[in-house]
Amino acid sequence: MGGKAMINTKKITIKNLNVFAGKTQILKDINIEIPENKITVIMGPSGCGKTTLLKCMNRLTDLYPELKVTGDIRINGNNILKAGEDIYELRQNMGLLSQRPYPLPMNIYNNVAYALKLRGIRKKREIQKMVVHYLQQATLWDEVKHRLREPASRLSIGQQQRLCLARGLAVDPGIILADEPTSALDPISSQYIEQKFVELKNDYTIVLVTHILRQAKRIADYVVFIYLGEVIEQGTVQEVFENPKMEKTKQYLSGTFN
Amino acid sequence: MIVSLMIVSLLPFFLFLGLYLKSFLLLHDYHLGNLLFSKEWKPGIGKFGFYPFIVGSIWVTLLAMLISAPICLLSAIHVTQFTKKHVLRIMHPAIDILAGIPSVVYGLWGILVIVPFISRYLGPFFGVQTMGYSILAAAFVLAIMIIPFILNILIEIFRTIPIALKESSLALGATEWQTVKHVLVKKALPGIIAAFGFGLARAFGETMAVLMVVGNVVKLPHSVFDPGYTLPALIANNYGEMLSIPKYDSALMFAALVLLGVSLFFNLIMHFFIIRFNKY
Repeated sequence: MGGKAMINTKKITIKNLNVFAGKTQILKDINIEIPENKITVIMGPSGCGKTTLLKCMNRLTDLYPELKVTGDIRINGNNILKAGEDIYELRQNMGLLSQRPYPLPMNIYNNVAYALKLRGIRKKREIQKMVVHYLQQATLWDEVKHRLREPASRLSIGQQQRLCLARGLAVDPGIILADEPTSALDPISSQYIEQKFVELKNDYTIVLVTHILRQAKRIADYVVFIYLGEVIEQGTVQEVFENPKMEKTKQYLSGTFN
Repeated sequence: MIVSLMIVSLLPFFLFLGLYLKSFLLLHDYHLGNLLFSKEWKPGIGKFGFYPFIVGSIWVTLLAMLISAPICLLSAIHVTQFTKKHVLRIMHPAIDILAGIPSVVYGLWGILVIVPFISRYLGPFFGVQTMGYSILAAAFVLAIMIIPFILNILIEIFRTIPIALKESSLALGATEWQTVKHVLVKKALPGIIAAFGFGLARAFGETMAVLMVVGNVVKLPHSVFDPGYTLPALIANNYGEMLSIPKYDSALMFAALVLLGVSLFFNLIMHFFIIRFNKY
């Protein structure tokens, strides 16, 4: 298949991942390979475990002691679920965009500077330069350059999401995790983010969770379809959208899902 | 509904007006500054200096806040961020019980435990001779009393911060402590100030527990081991007695007025800070 050739190096390999919350199983035996420098879209109906899957990758699942995570998630060869893994370094390797933007309770400038300081950058000059750089990268600079000292909460929600993107890029990650990042945004802001992702994939590996089919189709390279905690089908966007093998995928794509 | 709303909002005003009219007799004959800043309290010969009471009240209150504020803040952070949920489930009833204990009981506990502890151990430890009945004893008792109130509010405040905000900071590679310090506390700051203001107001107005352990000596305290006297205690101890002394009644009303005024002042400052920090 022509599509297979474009799946090159694997950035993240998930093997036999199971997540339990008490007695209910949220994720069942997940096996996914996420290619480097591509946009991998994880799609599926709400409540199917997409967000949990994303949170496993940067170990935010640690915040929920009721979750039991077993299996293997390898990033650059290291199993990040192993105890003793440096989760702070791990998380710095991933920018996170959540469903709604959560700007930190600081001004616009410091929202990005906070991430830079966490990276260990101390020199004021350097921070200044890099804040500008990352705000430009998130196409926010022109809108905020006159109001950097204003609280970030005064930005529109679309601007806030781009600020969160700038903040996420500022830790210099190799991977961007995005959890339905456009679901709270207006169409134009959504478009901004989508376009950005397409530009960013040259330098980053992007994992995008979404339930918007058209979005998946527009920007995905690789698609994983999850239903009720199980991977139903995965493949290149052409394979999954044009020639789905599984009945459930067909139903989901045609909207006759129940 | 509008009527009830009006009554509620006008109540403080009428309270103020009533107290003012009642203390008018005193205010008419004495200079306000003299009343507030004179140290001499000899009602028998017509000397009404409220300074020792005001200072006593402020010392006791601030000291109580100094003791309780860090305890409350750190416990609230610990319980909401660093422990499992069932800890909170155990703590909540315990806090509520503490909050429900009558102040007389706290006062009694102060007399039986704190006062002897200060006179026997703490005082000698610092090389001070003290009866134990002191500003410090009152502050201790007050601190214990207001902890459940402040703590309850703080826990609620920290619980209302969306977990996604915490995740946002952690996802950048911040440690839990960095997240607490730079993000959560900052987010909660208006609420924290409000909680402390609430505790402060309660401490300032607390009567019974304080008057039982503070010593009730009309003297300007020079150290926390000295006995003192507070405004609420002055009113509670003397109202209804010695009213044959001219203007005594009026003087106590003035004490109440000062009490109300200072509470109002605290309230205003608190609101100023809440607005100041509420921009995030």
